[in-house]
Amino acid sequence: MSAQSVLFDAPGPKARRRHAILAVVGAVLAVVALYVVVRKMQTANQLQGYMWEPFLTDRSVWRDYLLKGLWGTIKAALISIVFAAVFGLVFGVGRLSTIRPVRWVCSVVVEFFRAVPVLIMMIFAFGVYTRNGVFANDLNPLAAVVTALTLYNGAVIAELVRSGVHSLPKGQGEAGLAVGLTTGQVLRSIQLPQALTAMLPALIGQFVTILKDSALGTAITYTELLTWSKTLGSAFTNTVPAYIVAAILFITMNYLLSRLAVTVEKRLNRRGKTAGGAVAAAPLPGGAPADATPA
Amino acid sequence: MGEILSNYDVLAAFWGTIKLSLLGTFGALVLGTIVAVLRLSPVRVFQWIGSWYVNTFRNTPLTLLMVFSILGLTFILGLQLNTQDLNSNAFRWAAVMLAVYHGAFICEALRSGVNTVPAGQAEAARAIGLTFGQSMQHVLLPQAFRGSIAPIGSTIIALIKNSTVAAVIGGGEAANLMSTVIENEGSRFSVFLVFAIGFVILTLPLGLFFTSMSRRLAVKR
Repeated sequence: MSAQSVLFDAPGPKARRRHAILAVVGAVLAVVALYVVVRKMQTANQLQGYMWEPFLTDRSVWRDYLLKGLWGTIKAALISIVFAAVFGLVFGVGRLSTIRPVRWVCSVVVEFFRAVPVLIMMIFAFGVYTRNGVFANDLNPLAAVVTALTLYNGAVIAELVRSGVHSLPKGQGEAGLAVGLTTGQVLRSIQLPQALTAMLPALIGQFVTILKDSALGTAITYTELLTWSKTLGSAFTNTVPAYIVAAILFITMNYLLSRLAVTVEKRLNRRGKTAGGAVAAAPLPGGAPADATPA
Repeated sequence: MGEILSNYDVLAAFWGTIKLSLLGTFGALVLGTIVAVLRLSPVRVFQWIGSWYVNTFRNTPLTLLMVFSILGLTFILGLQLNTQDLNSNAFRWAAVMLAVYHGAFICEALRSGVNTVPAGQAEAARAIGLTFGQSMQHVLLPQAFRGSIAPIGSTIIALIKNSTVAAVIGGGEAANLMSTVIENEGSRFSVFLVFAIGFVILTLPLGLFFTSMSRRLAVKR
């Protein structure tokens, strides 16, 4: 809301009248758009009761399809976030290392995996796993999804760690060195704890990305929410409603997570313990906060 | 590596990726600007519509949008973007969905740019007697635009990478060809490397460009 105060003055009587008229116009346009959509669905016979009722009345819709799909999505996302956090911590610290070759290798790895699309990694990992039988047959898709999500998001988290440490005030590290800690000790006991707290909101934002990207698993036969809603659509001949419900489930999960990120951020700011907005500095080749980047 | 390049038309596939990305970027910039104007307008109803758009499309997986555009919109609702050719229909829908999805992020990028402008700038502009239009044109929007270059750059780079998602509906681009190659040749590391390097070539210079632009145009505060 602060944006309004910058761009616009407080409205006077004339402006308020104009705003009221515009509000009515906007509302009418929204209603018209909604009507067009409903009308289109109706002519295509997508608003029949038998298509939508099962979501409320038939328990098997949830038990045999949607909940299974949700579990598949959440399982892949949870495993990936754990691995990605470990990967990110290791390579993020690696990029901060004082040993030049270590820093170099970590930088190349991180930049490479940030530049390669998740789906490319997923397809490749799946191919490797199935050909060589790395995992049990029914585990291969999950393993490929987790591999791809871990590599990509781990690289992003590594960047968060690095920028988090860099955005701390210089005095933090200097004070540590001054009292006789080694650079490693300074990083471990002074800089990382502060940086990790500050990047918590961005980390939650990254979890949203992982949750969304796990839907890519449908391309390599991993059975998550999207795959199950497709099966549901064929079983109940209600493809369109099934996808809409799946979308609502995704939106709800991700929306709640983003709200959580905002709450955590506000709380951290109020505590005033984190030095500066470490979170906002994640220069992909660019520099947007992680939750603002669609990946 | 060489045989993959000579046996398969990798360049054509990446040309598909580039076309898809260009169309998607153009659409996303247009849509994102419209939604940003809605969200930033002083009219409450417009703000609601803008927020609804952003919350809906930012939180839906792009994969779902793509799949829905074919299985739902094309086959069931009969909304075809090319009635003759299924492949071209998929390609066009992929471009539309890329634009719709990333439009939400462009909107947020623009908004974050506006938020970087301190309130004092607007107050100072009005204090020296500039009108609303003048203060927008000379003081506020230039700063807001500079502030949003970096996030817009990240969004465009993400869009290029996300154009691979079109492979789930056969959109005729790089990831699509890659799964074909892997089916024929097996999952060899060289195959992965060819396509991975292709994307590094597409995204890395852009990233450097946007970083240097945002540094050069940064507003000193």
